[in-house]
Amino acid sequence: MNILSFTISVFCISILAGLLGALTGLGGGVVIVPVLCLAFKIDLHYAIGASLVSVIATSSGAAAAYVREGFSNIRIGMFLEIATTLGALFGAYLTAKISGNWIGVIFGVVLLYSAWASLHKPPAEPKTTQPDSLAIRLNCRGSYPTQSGKEEYVAQHVPTGFGIMFIAGTLSGLLGIGSGAVKVLAMDQVMKLPFKVSTTTSNFMIGVTATASAGFYLSRGYILPGLSMPVVLGVLAGSLVGSRVLVNAHVRTLRLVFSIVIVALGAEMIFNGLTGRL
Amino acid sequence: MSYRGDQRLEIAMGRLLQIGVTVAAMVVLVGGLLYLKHSTGPLPNYQQFHGAPTAYESVHGILGGLGRFDSQSLIAFGILLLIATPICRVIFGVVGFSLLRDRFYAAVSVTVLIILILSLVSRR
Repeated sequence: MNILSFTISVFCISILAGLLGALTGLGGGVVIVPVLCLAFKIDLHYAIGASLVSVIATSSGAAAAYVREGFSNIRIGMFLEIATTLGALFGAYLTAKISGNWIGVIFGVVLLYSAWASLHKPPAEPKTTQPDSLAIRLNCRGSYPTQSGKEEYVAQHVPTGFGIMFIAGTLSGLLGIGSGAVKVLAMDQVMKLPFKVSTTTSNFMIGVTATASAGFYLSRGYILPGLSMPVVLGVLAGSLVGSRVLVNAHVRTLRLVFSIVIVALGAEMIFNGLTGRL
Repeated sequence: MSYRGDQRLEIAMGRLLQIGVTVAAMVVLVGGLLYLKHSTGPLPNYQQFHGAPTAYESVHGILGGLGRFDSQSLIAFGILLLIATPICRVIFGVVGFSLLRDRFYAAVSVTVLIILILSLVSRR
């Protein structure tokens, strides 16, 4: 395969990964890394390098949506970014210490979890509004527009949420992904923030989190310009289109189909990692 | 603290991110087209990890490559712009929360900024 045909195939696959990532809400990185490793036989470190850059681009590119909707909470987001950026530094450091095969196995587990989490929506329990003293002291509160007017919320369990955000950051730095699924878990399930606020704030945080590991990736030589170029442009284009389609499409069936794809990719990553083929 | 102040800061941050990603993507695209035009050889070995050529491993190296009109350095420069965009957003946070007289969140933004700067200057 010459450079031109390789670049075009990677570009097309990256558009698909961006679409899939936007439609499942998992992000393009989770899809593009296994595809680059499994279908194109690209070294895992180069794959996560290209993916990380595309994650930064997608997060910035999605800014239009959350500015328009006004759901994200920049205070809570920036406070939790302390945890995610520290985690990302730790994760990026780990990439040089753990073998590619083990990173592949961890990646597969994260894929399986993500597929499960995107299908399995836990029942909406009433969000307690008993004031959390730490959250109030840190001003982790806000209001968001609903059909019945503005609704106030206060974050719960801030220290636990902060801890899970550190893990989300570590996974982002280790795997070159945005780890939006874990960020949403921390805010929606643990901190009891409204779901819309959780997803948009998660998106807001992903770019800064990924940037914290970009320096390490660059100086270690994970980021190849020739490979990153079609990945970044493709994932960005795919996710921009995907987030527009998402507004109108019947997502339920699409999600199911894509989740099966994600499960297959996850299982193959685990298998190839355990058999030492990555 | 005013809700309107928060909203204006959020909109400013959103615009910044949009502009940053648009400019960066254009630079990557132009670099990519030049790269495809000039490279006709076989595919580099992406299957084994050797690290990127040293010219693409540091800001200094990438800027040096721009001076030689190297197309891959232009792509790498676009990637640097992408990386710079969220950093600028955090700087917006420092300035914005200071203007809103929210000392705690100005300090939070400064902390995130310091972590990001440390991550960029630390070697291996």
